[in-house]
Amino acid sequence: MSSEDVDREILLPGDAVEEKDLKPGRGMFKEEDKIYASRLGVKRVRSGYINVAAQSGRYEPQEGEKVIGTVTDINSSFWMVDVNAPNPAVLHVNDVPWMVDYGDTASYIEVGDALLIKITSVDEQNKMQVTMDEEGLKKLSNGQIIEIPPSQVPRVIGRGGSMISMLKKYTDCKIFVGQNGRIWIDGDLEGQYLAAKAIKMIEENAQAVGLTDLVKEFLEKNTDGF
Amino acid sequence: MSSEDIELLKDGERLDGRSFDELRDINIEAGVLKRADGSAYIEWGKNKLMAAVYGPREMHPRHAQETTKAVVRARYNMAAFSVPDRKRPGPDRRSIEISKLTSEALEKVVFTEKYPRSVIDVFVEVLQASAGTRCAGLTVASVALADAGIPMSDLVVGCASGKIEGQVVLDLGKNEDNYGQADVPIGYIPRTEELCLLQMDGNLTIEEYEKAMELSIDACEEIYEIQREALKNKYSTELDKDKIEELKKEVE
Repeated sequence: MSSEDVDREILLPGDAVEEKDLKPGRGMFKEEDKIYASRLGVKRVRSGYINVAAQSGRYEPQEGEKVIGTVTDINSSFWMVDVNAPNPAVLHVNDVPWMVDYGDTASYIEVGDALLIKITSVDEQNKMQVTMDEEGLKKLSNGQIIEIPPSQVPRVIGRGGSMISMLKKYTDCKIFVGQNGRIWIDGDLEGQYLAAKAIKMIEENAQAVGLTDLVKEFLEKNTDGF
Repeated sequence: MSSEDIELLKDGERLDGRSFDELRDINIEAGVLKRADGSAYIEWGKNKLMAAVYGPREMHPRHAQETTKAVVRARYNMAAFSVPDRKRPGPDRRSIEISKLTSEALEKVVFTEKYPRSVIDVFVEVLQASAGTRCAGLTVASVALADAGIPMSDLVVGCASGKIEGQVVLDLGKNEDNYGQADVPIGYIPRTEELCLLQMDGNLTIEEYEKAMELSIDACEEIYEIQREALKNKYSTELDKDKIEELKKEVE
């Protein structure tokens, strides 16, 4: 992994790659025996596939990912949830932890509410089903939500969760990073502010080497006063 | 609009001193708008255009959705202050046409089947116009699409050639466009060497047409490099020393 990080090659749409014996993976396509990139990103080779790790773009939902969504519409038996993907997701009354009577949906979740949910299925029409009936999934009632580009979610989490656990430790906040780039922060106000600022810093300097150390320095300096 | 009124060639030279196969100066910057999913800005001679991409997102109105693919919906718009005489705001016959052909040219390279039922909105705003805005618009729109992370088979390049006083020249300037004899804008896909836009205003012989195409395609390859450079500049993986310094200062 670390050797790949040293020479990171940027691919643009239409760029051909030399590797011919590999299979085209995410963000690649094959045409007449040649493999091309279809989107802007960093070249990554993994287990026989050649991929583009996108540097921008909207969230592409995958089954099993936990995300933060906001409710946009209510129906008698389901809610529509925006998860920052091309199309809204459906949260059915069977997928919430309560017994909801038909037509009584609005008394449990209202338009504008933020939810921590898991994507259970994505079909070929990009129609999504989500669930909230699982350990750790819930309606978010406190704290704040900030948004970062979905492509930078791995940076905020860090290798093996190093960055996120550091943020939690220094700010004494509950932090949840949704795969769709929405981050929920809950704790005392100073902690929230500091965490939001540190995440902003990560977002703006995502490419910098030694980012973890710099963020650590920033957090240490600013937690003295508390 | 007779070509006799204005002298477009003086002693065999073009009005702005360019040679017959010379482009105007082109500068492109990617990622200029924070709230858009992707954006780009271009200065092409005196043309100044900005493009913004939003999406893929849910298509409204619903009846316009395609169940198997995304729709590329481009909107070309000229600002009221973009031309010497105030342009009456809003879509007119000309900008509706350019919107349509920009949409169709871009749709050729976008993998629309990846996003069924959605729309990819492309807005091209002309801030200052000086001949060749449809080509500049197409060029800048494809950079904005790449910046938005939209899957595409290649970038699209736009460029025009034309005829002034019987001479085939590349990239017509304002007076050359207004008083010249022909104008042929093209949209070009460099990787596959395909055309995705071809129009002609005026008359050319077959020989002149072939010469014009040759000039335009060579120029498109040149512009393609500028587009790529703009994208690479934004997403450079090289360490941004200034940024790290700035960061360190912030920490202190």
